Amino acid sequence: MGVFILKRLLSAVPVLFMVAVIVFLVLRLSPGDPAVMIAGPNATPDQLAALRDAMGLNEPLLTQLFVWLGQILSGDFGVSLVSGQPVTHLIMDRFGPTLSLSIVTLIIAVVVAIPLGVVAAWQQGKLLDRLVMAGSVLGFSVPVFIIGYTMILIFARILGWFPVQGYKPLSDGFGEFAIRLVLPAVSLSFPYIALIARIVRTNVIEVMNEDYIRTARAKGLTERGVLMGHALGNAAVPIITIIGVSIAMLIGGVVVTESVFNIPGLGRLVLEAVLARDYTVIQSVILLFSTIYVFINLVVDLLYSLFDPRIRY
Amino acid sequence: MTDIASAPKVVLSVEELRVDLVPAGEKPIVRNINFQVMEGETVCIVGESGSGKSVTSMAVMGLLPKGSLAVTGGRILLDGEDITRVSATRMRELRAAGVAMVFQEPMTALNPVQRVGEQIDEVLRLHRKWSSAERKKSVLDMLERVHLPDVQRIYRSYPHQLSGGQRQRIVIAMALILRPRLLLADEPTTALDVTTQKQILRLIRELQDEERTAVVFVTHDFGVVSEIADRIVVMNRGELVETGSCDKILSDPADDYTRMLVSSVPSLIPRCGPIEKTPKVLDVVGLSKTYGKKGFGKSGNLVHAANGVNFTVRKGEITGIIGESGSGKSTVARCVIRLTDPSEGAVLVNGNDIASTNNLKAVRKKVQYIFQDPYRSLNPRRTIAQSLMEGLVNYGMADAEAYAKAAETLELVGLPAGVMGRYPHQFSGGQRQRIAIARALVMKPDLLIADEAVSALDVSVQAQVLDLFETIRKRTGIAVLFITHDLRVAAQICNSIVVMQRGQVVEAGTAADVLSAPQHPYTQTLIAAAPAPGWDFQNFRPSRAV
Repeated sequence: MGVFILKRLLSAVPVLFMVAVIVFLVLRLSPGDPAVMIAGPNATPDQLAALRDAMGLNEPLLTQLFVWLGQILSGDFGVSLVSGQPVTHLIMDRFGPTLSLSIVTLIIAVVVAIPLGVVAAWQQGKLLDRLVMAGSVLGFSVPVFIIGYTMILIFARILGWFPVQGYKPLSDGFGEFAIRLVLPAVSLSFPYIALIARIVRTNVIEVMNEDYIRTARAKGLTERGVLMGHALGNAAVPIITIIGVSIAMLIGGVVVTESVFNIPGLGRLVLEAVLARDYTVIQSVILLFSTIYVFINLVVDLLYSLFDPRIRY
Repeated sequence: MTDIASAPKVVLSVEELRVDLVPAGEKPIVRNINFQVMEGETVCIVGESGSGKSVTSMAVMGLLPKGSLAVTGGRILLDGEDITRVSATRMRELRAAGVAMVFQEPMTALNPVQRVGEQIDEVLRLHRKWSSAERKKSVLDMLERVHLPDVQRIYRSYPHQLSGGQRQRIVIAMALILRPRLLLADEPTTALDVTTQKQILRLIRELQDEERTAVVFVTHDFGVVSEIADRIVVMNRGELVETGSCDKILSDPADDYTRMLVSSVPSLIPRCGPIEKTPKVLDVVGLSKTYGKKGFGKSGNLVHAANGVNFTVRKGEITGIIGESGSGKSTVARCVIRLTDPSEGAVLVNGNDIASTNNLKAVRKKVQYIFQDPYRSLNPRRTIAQSLMEGLVNYGMADAEAYAKAAETLELVGLPAGVMGRYPHQFSGGQRQRIAIARALVMKPDLLIADEAVSALDVSVQAQVLDLFETIRKRTGIAVLFITHDLRVAAQICNSIVVMQRGQVVEAGTAADVLSAPQHPYTQTLIAAAPAPGWDFQNFRPSRAV
């Protein structure tokens, strides 16, 4: 097990290196000049040239790449080209809101989706199953921002139960923190509920045809006991897989949700950085997301062995 | 029967049972079934696939698949209580406590993600109000009664950590821990090796004698039947053909179907003489296959699936490799056609070593393979013609010519050429295996490898397919490497036999020598474990040779 974890961590190194190189090249090859963005429309060509020189943009591409990689290795992620603040600070400031939103979303998704999926599997082909499945198509296909604005309209504007927008950190008190996260987390969780419920349903149905389910029935278990005691545990591996994938997809989802609900998180940071061609920030955030993703994959693999004793590393 | 007090009590009484499809089809799946099982008695329900024997046993268990099958007539009395009319709650109470079941596949009958001890414990939790210490003690006792070693460790094991035989003991322990009145065993030994099968049969008998349990044993194997049955119920196409005592059915069956079924059981007496003069088609020399990583100097995980294996197959000869699961027989076969690369040794096909050749295309033209399961070895989305022609066209034959060849080969295996446009699902298991054989033969190979090619077939179909192999061998002079775990099948068809155990050849020789005068203790064990070695099924009498 220890060897496995070590191997997986080591194998993350080349992955992250390649992510870094690709991110760097894609950004440099895409149109747009950060110097123009910073200097503004009234800058003279001389001013622009000087600015470029100062920012290191006149160096050959490879030199820029190696300078940047060297800085990362020494823990220096650079300063924002736009605001001049250290990127590490910017990310640290924005990390809390995004982490809170993601975790709450994920909890809602899992807690709602697994029972829905199991019920749909149990009632396969009947009305309840069809309702759940129809709902899941809807939840997966309606864009997050539409769900978000609709929920703001109903629950914040009309009913006035929740604040319209904004974010308060946990240090300002749990009530303040929680009440502002409900709407964004619920609207963001829709597609994940749909996705996870579907996977749960399919896998539970598949498992219910296995021989050991017949054995369980032959013991005199109730259908509920069979589902909970024997079917769900055996369907766990694909369910965990899809939850892992969902976490990766969440990273894309938060960008939109944070904009809709005006939450100062990493998603907003990326959006602003992209619009401003703030290379150092974009690169660092993408590297951070990749690291998280590699780590989640490792956790998912380790969880497999927790749920299925046949899997050992 | 005169003394009422000592007369055995009827435990199970099935009366005019009828099971229908839901919604009802034209003809009930199972109809007019009548039989009784007494205390301490073993009744075997025998029949081929589709006879309704499993449906009958599932009906007794109240486990017919909901929404697709239902009991529509008759009664099933368990100690006088009609279980077709009891409530769902009462039926759940009866399961495990009144009627328990042992299933065919010990590999899949246990929940893979739960410890086996907990799975047995669950039965007690459901039906008894005991403390966890009482339950644990009871489970450990039961594990000992099914003769499992080191019961504390077994209790904590997961199914995948146990062998097939051990898993079946767990399933039996689970079924019998509440001392049910009736045990239903649906092909409980079919998936096991013969030596394991013998132990499991003995175990069921032993526990049955202790508790006076009534046993219904569903099987297709007359060898097993002759060893354990007190009475036999023969079923065919959903109907009861004949019931009678074991002796009566085996020695003097009244019905033609029963006669056919009993006489289809292959004899253990070898039929085919040796073949010595013809050239060697296959010569395997010192073949070894090792699995596991070498590296960092550790050799702990190396598995020798085959170790220094030598044998030959001559033109027109059928050489059998027999052995139990894990003996390496399939590994050898896969090395011969290079589906697996051998680690060491030479495989000479017509004198050319193919063990390390890169020209696999040439190898595959000379050597063809028939797999065990005819239901899965044909591509379901291709017509028979497409499956048969694919190989020929791959080797550059024109479509029209390939089609003609395919039609010709189909007739050789006893199927009309008119079926070429059909798909595999439109055929029975036996017909599919004929198609699989045709698919191999159409390439005109010098060597045919048949890996358990008749194991998945009913005995009557098995007999026909074995005849087909014999006919093909005579007509084409093809060499056949025949892999099987079944000594009876080997005795019917093989000229010479190689016995493998744990990757090594322990005995080799002519079929007559190996089967009639085995030298190696392992071969002797195998022959002794084969069910009913002393009965000559073809002639309905005890055999003289063994």
